Amino acid sequence: MRKMCLQKIFELAKIDKRVFFIGSDLGFETLKEFRQEIPERFFMEGISEAHVIGMAAGLALEGKVTYVNTIATFISRRAFEQIAVDVCMHNVPVRMIGNGGGLVYAPLGSTHLALEDISLMRTLPNMTIVCPADADEMARFMSQTLDYPGPIYIRLAKGYDPIVSKEEYGFEIGKGIHYKTGCDALLVTTGITLQIAVLAAQQLKEIGIDTGILHLHTVKPLDHVQLLDLCQEVAAIVTIEENMLNGGLGSAVAECLAEANFNRVKKFKRIGIPDIFPDFYGSQAEIMQRLGISPGGVVETIRQLLR
Amino acid sequence: MKNSALIFHNRSMAEVLDPRSIELRKKIITALEHGRRGHIGASFSLVEILRVLYDKILKFDAVAPSWPGRDRCILSKGHGCLALYVLLAEKGFFPEEALYHFCQDGALLGGHPDATKIPGVEASTGSLGHGLSIGVGMAVNAGYEKSGARVFVIAGDGECNEGSLWEAAMGAGKYGLDNLTVLVDYNKYQSYDTTSYVQELEPFADKWRSFGFGVIEINGHDVTELTDVLKHLPLKKGKPSAIICHTIKGKGVGFAENNLAWHHKSKIDSEMITQLMDALG
Repeated sequence: MRKMCLQKIFELAKIDKRVFFIGSDLGFETLKEFRQEIPERFFMEGISEAHVIGMAAGLALEGKVTYVNTIATFISRRAFEQIAVDVCMHNVPVRMIGNGGGLVYAPLGSTHLALEDISLMRTLPNMTIVCPADADEMARFMSQTLDYPGPIYIRLAKGYDPIVSKEEYGFEIGKGIHYKTGCDALLVTTGITLQIAVLAAQQLKEIGIDTGILHLHTVKPLDHVQLLDLCQEVAAIVTIEENMLNGGLGSAVAECLAEANFNRVKKFKRIGIPDIFPDFYGSQAEIMQRLGISPGGVVETIRQLLR
Repeated sequence: MKNSALIFHNRSMAEVLDPRSIELRKKIITALEHGRRGHIGASFSLVEILRVLYDKILKFDAVAPSWPGRDRCILSKGHGCLALYVLLAEKGFFPEEALYHFCQDGALLGGHPDATKIPGVEASTGSLGHGLSIGVGMAVNAGYEKSGARVFVIAGDGECNEGSLWEAAMGAGKYGLDNLTVLVDYNKYQSYDTTSYVQELEPFADKWRSFGFGVIEINGHDVTELTDVLKHLPLKKGKPSAIICHTIKGKGVGFAENNLAWHHKSKIDSEMITQLMDALG
């Protein structure tokens, strides 16, 4: 997914001179071709996230579309004020691409886990948050980042995630994808949790529960219209995210549902990271399994809600 | 107070302000009268720096504030905005009448400059340590576009406590951005006490020099000296410039000079306004 994202930036840079790239001491040979072919628009800055975001805002104020890439938690935690003031207040087209969103860097411990990046970014006016499910969806999304107004936070997953997104569903920033219909329950996903929902829905079908899937790759602005439309008819709704339960996708959906004042009572549950620093190490998959962010966890949650 | 700071302190900085400098300060006081609050000391130390920039140095078009060929001026110490507002109004970016609504409900002009609202303000500032990074981005762009535009960033001395400012300084030095000039309003005071007490900056010039800047120290109230230096930029070819402007906080009003009670004032009443006006003469 990351490879696809960076490759797309290079492709966009070749067709549009507004495209600038700024990295913050990225891995050896990252975007080597970009550096060689368009050095005047390629910048590798030091380990200085606050400065990198400010510099990107300066370029964007001059009409450039600036793509910034570093580790997700260093963007969202370290440079939060620069994102708020320099990028969001000016409402300029800076694309902040966070490597390792969620539990990707599990073995490195809590300093490297971006678990509240979605929550933090959701609080900022003018911000758009996009969490593609896989490399294919990333490709469809990136081509739309050139002329999209204002800032975008882009959350990258581990890479080489199974391809579950489908070309025929298309991609539009801000518009959810009704990935699967189902009349008993609805799973709402963002990022790689789409793959968990797909597996969970298959398992639920085997026990006679017909489960739909709404994939909200764009957490902000949230597609309220489609969400409420699909929630109307189901008895249970479960959100699945690789983010803190505080303030992430589940919170956004809960806020929307709470204000919808449905006549029919809904069962609702958020699956995600609880209010802890998960210092278990191991792998991303192992921690997700442990916290119930897994097909089994989703199946069990739905069964309990519909009991 | 050490090194160069001491030298400038001992040098006569008590020169009499000329009529234009007094007039600009009176306009600041008029805005204060209507807003009933504001950073007085930090605005008064800045007046000559901004005056020389807008009178003699910057290329701009107040009728077309986004003209690509303009020079960019970022007031990174956004709390000194009253001095900037007065100059922008005078140059025709917006009507002077806007000064009379400073900080009021629905006003154009608030306690920190907002680039999304105010013509002539290049970047919204207020939180310190942001302006230089934005300036680096703009200077890089001017180099890329070969537009000839220059970028001026005015930073406070207290602002130089911020790590992000030095991140930006390293970046500017790395690229040798000689279209970028930082002017530091070195009035030796920050909110709590002197810069020496809160966070010593000396050897200040050496710091900038070691980050790759051409550096000069001047009297930031001396219009002639400011003009001479600003007309001969960059200080060193192939390097960004840092002009350390030794200033006096509250300059022009005897009882407010170097008096931290006047760093920021709220609930300003008509008696205070009269005192300030009288002190200016």
